[in-house]
Amino acid sequence: MGKAFAVVLTLITLISIALFVMHTWWLPPDISTTGPAVDHQLEETLIGTGVLFLAGQLMLGCFAWMASDKTPAKKNRAFPGGATPLVTAAILLVGIEIFTLTFVGSKVWGAIYLAPADPGALKIDVQAEQFAFYFRYPGPDGKFGAVHPEKIDDGSGNYFGLDPANDVAARDDIVAASLVVPVNHPVALTLHSKDVGHSFYVRELRVQQDFVPGLDIPLNFTATQTGKYEIVCTQLCGLGHYNMKAYLEVMSEADFEQWLKAQAGQ
Amino acid sequence: MGIDIHPAVNSGPPLIPRELSAGLGSPGSGLAKPERSETGVWIGIFAIVMSFAAFTSAMIVRQGVTPDWRHFALPPILYVNTLTLLVSSITLAWANRQLASVGPQLLGARDRARQSYSDGMNWLYGTLALGVLFVVGQVLAWRSLVSQGLFLSTNPSSSFFYVFTGMHGLHVLGGIAGLVYMICKLARTNGTARTTGLRAMSVYWHFMDGLWIYLLVLLMVRT
Amino acid sequence: MHDVSATQVTDEHKAPTGFIRKYVFSLDHKVIGKQYFGLALVAVFVGMVLSWLLRIHLAYPTWPIPLLGKFSAAGAPGGVMTPEYYLSLLTMHGTLMVFFVLTNAPFAAFGNYFLPIQIGAEDMAFPRFNMMSFWTTFAAFVVMMASFFVADGPPISGWTAYAPLSAVGGDAGPGLAMGQNLWAISIALFCVASLLGALNFIATTLDLRTKGMSLARMPYSTWAWFVTSVIALLAFAVLLPACILLILDRVGGTSFFIPAGLILSDKLQPHSGGSPLLWQHLFWFFGHPEVYIAILPSIGIIATILPVFVRKPLLGPRALIGSMVAIAFLSYMVWGHHMFVSGMNPFSANLFSVPTLIITIPATILTLLLTASIYGGRMRFDTPALFCLGFISVFISGGISGFYLAQPSLDTYLHATYFVVAHFHFVMAVASLFGVFAGTYFWFPKMFGRMMNETLGKVHFWLTFLGVYCVFMPMHYLGLVGNVRRYSAFVDDYLAPLIPVHKFITIAALLTGAAQLIFFWNLIWSRFRGPVASVNPWQATSLEWSTTSPPPFDNFGAHHPVVQNGPNEYGVEAPDGTDYVMQMAPREGV
Repeated sequence: MGKAFAVVLTLITLISIALFVMHTWWLPPDISTTGPAVDHQLEETLIGTGVLFLAGQLMLGCFAWMASDKTPAKKNRAFPGGATPLVTAAILLVGIEIFTLTFVGSKVWGAIYLAPADPGALKIDVQAEQFAFYFRYPGPDGKFGAVHPEKIDDGSGNYFGLDPANDVAARDDIVAASLVVPVNHPVALTLHSKDVGHSFYVRELRVQQDFVPGLDIPLNFTATQTGKYEIVCTQLCGLGHYNMKAYLEVMSEADFEQWLKAQAGQ
Repeated sequence: MGIDIHPAVNSGPPLIPRELSAGLGSPGSGLAKPERSETGVWIGIFAIVMSFAAFTSAMIVRQGVTPDWRHFALPPILYVNTLTLLVSSITLAWANRQLASVGPQLLGARDRARQSYSDGMNWLYGTLALGVLFVVGQVLAWRSLVSQGLFLSTNPSSSFFYVFTGMHGLHVLGGIAGLVYMICKLARTNGTARTTGLRAMSVYWHFMDGLWIYLLVLLMVRT
Repeated sequence: MHDVSATQVTDEHKAPTGFIRKYVFSLDHKVIGKQYFGLALVAVFVGMVLSWLLRIHLAYPTWPIPLLGKFSAAGAPGGVMTPEYYLSLLTMHGTLMVFFVLTNAPFAAFGNYFLPIQIGAEDMAFPRFNMMSFWTTFAAFVVMMASFFVADGPPISGWTAYAPLSAVGGDAGPGLAMGQNLWAISIALFCVASLLGALNFIATTLDLRTKGMSLARMPYSTWAWFVTSVIALLAFAVLLPACILLILDRVGGTSFFIPAGLILSDKLQPHSGGSPLLWQHLFWFFGHPEVYIAILPSIGIIATILPVFVRKPLLGPRALIGSMVAIAFLSYMVWGHHMFVSGMNPFSANLFSVPTLIITIPATILTLLLTASIYGGRMRFDTPALFCLGFISVFISGGISGFYLAQPSLDTYLHATYFVVAHFHFVMAVASLFGVFAGTYFWFPKMFGRMMNETLGKVHFWLTFLGVYCVFMPMHYLGLVGNVRRYSAFVDDYLAPLIPVHKFITIAALLTGAAQLIFFWNLIWSRFRGPVASVNPWQATSLEWSTTSPPPFDNFGAHHPVVQNGPNEYGVEAPDGTDYVMQMAPREGV
């Protein structure tokens, strides 16, 4: 029985690892300035933990195989060296791995979440609600109009609760259902929610950030490739959660200006 | 695979009859057997401290996150209640002293034992009355807040006031229930029942005192 | 000495005679342990059926499930569940499994039954609290199940019940009115029950150890239950206040978790200034230790059972216990790793990441010690032994993925994907359940006086072991692709190509679930038809194997056992010619 266990375990281990190594299912290509570091960190972790996984499972299988030998002459043998070397090895090996991962990883994290927004960044105000995202551009005056929750009225398209009648800055604000950004241009989002918790997740940007009702949360990124990508909600927000999405459209600088004009004209 | 796969051969385990071992049931070492009721109360106190720490941190976070906190003056009756509760601790300590001496005295001085018993019980009744008075006083404090238009949902400051006093009051009611139970038990046995339960209950009661002082200071500083 | 003290123990412990006192409101820890076990079985069955329904819906969204349509005409019109009913069932699956199975089975059920026996006590320190603890848990279960039968079904906010979705009431969606109220009340009751239980476990371990049972001589399972009860005492003491505040937000109009200016169902909500993150902090301060409440008892059970079948002592018992204590200690510093992308200050991510990664050190030590204990042994491959091996394997698999999720820089991609689902199912659910399976096959003879069927047991093991890898390993790949969890359907172009993987998982889940029916059948069959068990069928050393199967009402028949040896005396040359020395066996020269 121990031998059977060893064989089955080895098969499971090898197949699992093979599917990781072959990249049969893998992340979509990255399109952000901070993404490559994330991918690199992921690769490092995959190698480190892959070795641990392989070693752990094979050791288990191997010992189970050996322990199934019950020839009468065979005597029990203790693990050579006892527990101390094992404990030391665990502390050292895992400790080094942790140290490395943290050292490198905290820089990767910092680049995405701690770096201040570029002064020339395109500012976009993002509102999440059950079950849609809306994006607001400040318009030619470069200023966002003030938000009045009590004025929010989805029926008339006033998703942000603007008050153009009394608020000059609000009059030229552009509201869109897609996040359209110019390529290679820093973008500074401000996330806020109208109702419950939501999340902003673009796989290709390697970025995820929750919307927290009552808070304005900054999120910065720079897209490096044009194209159309999904923005999906990853924070359980109610019955339509599975279908809450919008698109990130990364355009050339010229196309973006064109788009912005077309929007302003509406 | 059968019934008795690996038959047990180790037999003849050393057992000692419980009657003989009742006095020596010391875990591991040869120390005196700890009283489980007191251990239990201390563990309970540990959990209660944790709960109120959670409430406190919730209060601090909530007060820091939005500038909508409105301060209000605590109803003065709280200070009277505090005094009531403190005195109840003293009466309970007295009761403990009297009742603890009942058992040993039974062997010799029966009259003195009877006297200690009735004194102790009177102190217990006093404690009970003060405890009930405290709870009534807290309810009056609530009513005083209500008369000022401060309800549970009026402001986070009043919300936390009701939560803290309410949760503490519930725990005091638990203490009162324990006190009633001990009084019944002692009355049934004319004071000969073991007083360890009473000691444990007293620890809890004093802890309710301490907890209340902490809460009072917290509420004075914060609300 | 008081003149009454000599009789105090005996007069508390007369066996009850009436049916109600004996089997329903029993004070006997063994009956209460079985009651917990039974409740966990019911809960795991419901939770498993729910997971089948969820999996079928994910892979075959248009398939009608006629029985489900009959059960809830609104939730599953024509047998096809609505998106909101999917979330309702998801919430119930998570809640039932985490609270009523993973907390109850390895900790409350086995702990109640075996902790007092393993330390040589007649019962728990507070039998009445113990009874209250079970019946409060039972009430919590009834309240939770009642949410299936209220107007718009169970809540849709997930087992984590994030505010404000869980706090604002019916305007946020179906199930969030009455269903969510029942959920919050049930969890609050569960907290009270768990606090009573934990208090009892700690006091019992501290005060009721029999003569000679020093801390160092306690079996590892007892150690694990003891450490777990300390974790549980602190964790549930925080969840309870959180639930109280949630209930007040819902019914008392307060604003602890609900900020100002929320608009739901086109209505401005009458709240102001609350903090949704406060709920997350309180919840995860409980939630992360809860993971260890689920897994530590199973580690203890495995560490106790494994040497019995390897026939040699466990390697490094002190390091093992030290690792468990270290994990318990660290478990209180890591809750923020559930909240890397939650909007909390991103600086704190690293503060939570480091202790999280450090937990892998004691976890690695535990795994290595268990694995190395097998080395050089002559193992008996009975079913409990197989589940021990399986446990180590799935614990490794689940632990490894923790390295990814503990790093904020990777969590930013993997958070809320199936990678997380794979991680916690392996390390918390499957590993913990393997401990429960091992414990059941091992202790069933002691609990019911009959052996379980070995053939069925082995079939159960192989199907389950292969099954869980087929179900949960592919979820890692889904997570890497970026498949978001808690979606009731994969409708967009990006996720649609992953449907074949989901179909594979669904089929594997149905088969693995079916394999559990073998286990249920084995339990029932063996209970009545299994061969009668001897006192010590596995040749184990701990105290429960020194008394009859099942033990008498007071466990050792009006006697206090005296402990002479540690629990680890396997592979020795005993005076009677066997290879083990029981804890109660007299020592030579003593």
